[in-house]
Amino acid sequence: MKLSTFKKGLHPEDYKYFSQDKAIETLALPDDVYIPLQQHIGVPCEPLVQKGDKVKTGQIIANTGAFVSAPVHSSITGVVMDIEKYYHPLGMRATMIHIKREGDEEWELLEKIEDWKWAPKEKLIQTIRNAGIVGLGGATFPTHVKLSPPDDKAIDSFILNGVECEPYLTSDDRLMIEQADKILEGMAIMMRILDVQKGYIGIENNKPRAIAQMQKRVVELGYPFKVVPLKVKYPQGAEKMLIYSVLKRHVPANKLPMDVGVVVNNVATAYAISEAIKEAKPLVQRVITVTGDGVNEPKNLMARLGTPFKNLFEACGGVKDDVHLIFMGGPMMGMTQYHLESPVVKGSSGIVAVTGDMVEEVSTFPCIRCGACVHTCPMNLMPLRLSKFSQAKEVTKLEEFGVMSCIECGSCSFICPANIPLVQWIKVGKIRVREAATKKAKEKA
Amino acid sequence: MTELKTPPEEVKEKKIELAPENNIQQAEAEKPKPKPDPRKKLFKSDRMTIVAPAPHNRGRNSVPRIMYTVIATLLPAVIISILLFGNKAMVTIMVAIFSAMVAEYACNKIMKTGLTVDDGSAILTGLLLALTLPPSFPIAGTALGAVVAIVFGKQVFGGLGNNIFNPALLGRAFLQASFPVKITTWTLPAFAASDAVTGATPLGLFKFGHMTEVATNLKPLLLGNVGGCIGETSAIALLIGGIILVALKYADWRIPLSYIGTVLVFSGALWLIDPSVYPNPVFMLLSGGLILGAFYMATDMVTSPVTPKGTWIYGIGMGVVLVVIRIWGGLPEGVMYSILFMNGLVPLLNRWTRPKYFGEIQKENKV
Repeated sequence: MKLSTFKKGLHPEDYKYFSQDKAIETLALPDDVYIPLQQHIGVPCEPLVQKGDKVKTGQIIANTGAFVSAPVHSSITGVVMDIEKYYHPLGMRATMIHIKREGDEEWELLEKIEDWKWAPKEKLIQTIRNAGIVGLGGATFPTHVKLSPPDDKAIDSFILNGVECEPYLTSDDRLMIEQADKILEGMAIMMRILDVQKGYIGIENNKPRAIAQMQKRVVELGYPFKVVPLKVKYPQGAEKMLIYSVLKRHVPANKLPMDVGVVVNNVATAYAISEAIKEAKPLVQRVITVTGDGVNEPKNLMARLGTPFKNLFEACGGVKDDVHLIFMGGPMMGMTQYHLESPVVKGSSGIVAVTGDMVEEVSTFPCIRCGACVHTCPMNLMPLRLSKFSQAKEVTKLEEFGVMSCIECGSCSFICPANIPLVQWIKVGKIRVREAATKKAKEKA
Repeated sequence: MTELKTPPEEVKEKKIELAPENNIQQAEAEKPKPKPDPRKKLFKSDRMTIVAPAPHNRGRNSVPRIMYTVIATLLPAVIISILLFGNKAMVTIMVAIFSAMVAEYACNKIMKTGLTVDDGSAILTGLLLALTLPPSFPIAGTALGAVVAIVFGKQVFGGLGNNIFNPALLGRAFLQASFPVKITTWTLPAFAASDAVTGATPLGLFKFGHMTEVATNLKPLLLGNVGGCIGETSAIALLIGGIILVALKYADWRIPLSYIGTVLVFSGALWLIDPSVYPNPVFMLLSGGLILGAFYMATDMVTSPVTPKGTWIYGIGMGVVLVVIRIWGGLPEGVMYSILFMNGLVPLLNRWTRPKYFGEIQKENKV
């Protein structure tokens, strides 16, 4: 059977064997957590607690009135030590609430919803917002925003993203194997909110157990969902690629999936929604894969948000001596970490430590115009030209060649035989286009 | 409350003191450090980790790897040509490669760029040039051609990746202009049927009116047992290497397909019109340097388009130019000029044939 997929793309070695057989373990509660005020795309939160306050697990400690935002909860029971700038896994220093664990765990739960099938939609959306749920695949876009499309957008399909196309990561895979029921229920809740009939679950074919388990539970529980096995190809987990793979619809440039009647959400998000609606538990923990050949015992851990990465590595038997590179997320789009005090945030799907054997020191050659980047780019762009325009600061050319469509998947840099940092230059190009636009707007004003 | 008044620095100190509990850090904890870095606690060595933007993994391909693979796929053709033409072919190949490398090295030194001799591109240029020369070509001329190919074909444009024309073919074009007689004096292969030392190529015979003699007997063409350049005579050896190259994706399959396809279709149409004047398309395919050119010269990454549409235009354009030169032009062979001509159009093709990016045209969606 020919599996459906999108055009172009590539298949990097997936290295999922380190952790794909490891059941999810719950990490012991950390002594200190560092909770960033912003863990989502949108308006940052304002702290609601002060130094010295006692907080319970699940208590909202930072919030904002803005729509495109999500509150932040304390992930342990303890005392607020300070609100200072600490190392953020995205590379900068950001304001975080430092909480020290004290006493026994006490929960502050959300408002209980008796039966989600009959509860008003507004209430469900409000509960999801109060639970602080954002897209847990890594993009961290607030989920309640995705679930409230404007009235003029008719949504007819819902896709659950279980693709996990990044190498190394296995957290979604394990979650689907172990928590299929909760994921399916979370999906049903979202589809009820959106009033959508057609539900698809996209899973790449290198996760046969997850496909089998989801398929089995869909049939047993009588959900009208379709499990769609997909050909293994990166970057299939990107929204636009997944929509094309499953439904063969093109999301137009600069438009959102809802413009073609689709909403996509990650399996981890569905799990979090089920927890929030059924158990009234806000988002205080997530599954994170600790893996790589530099970790002694790779594991999939259920960790509280704000746990320093150091604790995760300690729970996995430490790292090897010759660790060369540590990054959060997958190797194609992840952020390198230079400080292991950085905490787990809502978007951390994995933390990977690799040794020198895996990272080759490469030298850069001149572009030989082999066209490999053009033949690989899933968005059908010309990375070699975009990177040249970006270096030359040619903003109009950048826009003409569709730089803003770039999803920054890194396929071009991966495939380039000359090792040219293509996607890196394209990212710079995007910043240049945005800067030029703001400058223009200022001049007009 | 005393605990709450703790200044931030002390809090950080406490965090660090947690470290000795961990077994992997014990060795580190024994020797006190003036300024402990929490990250170093986790590593025994003082090695820093890399901080770089994504992606953190790389494909296995590299520029030298491409160059050396192309050279390796040329080996069957090289071996057959040495068998056919003997030591003269071997000497020409050695001299061309050596001169190309020396020229590359000299340019690196004069232009003060980094050394690029080891990336394989100079070796490949020298080898390709040698394969397009007749076995009897003088050694000094071969060396001169290789130097011109490297210096004027590549380095004056700024080195690898910046040249417009295929360097090996530019070197050959220079030699053709400088030594028009020497470059068209063909040694017949060792196993050729006749006792003659020199003879014409099949294409030359066709051009100058001996069509029936050559166009009916295709087997020697396939095996390479005819007069011609060192590397272009054996179609089978070239096809083996060329197919490996395409399978490895080191040559764009569209280029040989569109180039050879156009030649077959165009000359086939002419042949159907009048078989007594126009040659058989299979003869057109197997004779001369078409296969060498289509698989190894036209597919040179630097001088071929990057877009799929541009690549088709490039291949079809070469096919048309080749047939026009061979049938109506003043020269018996036109592979070199057809490729050089289309090389000149590549920058324009790249500009004109930008692919539509994903979502650029809003497609009808079934909602």
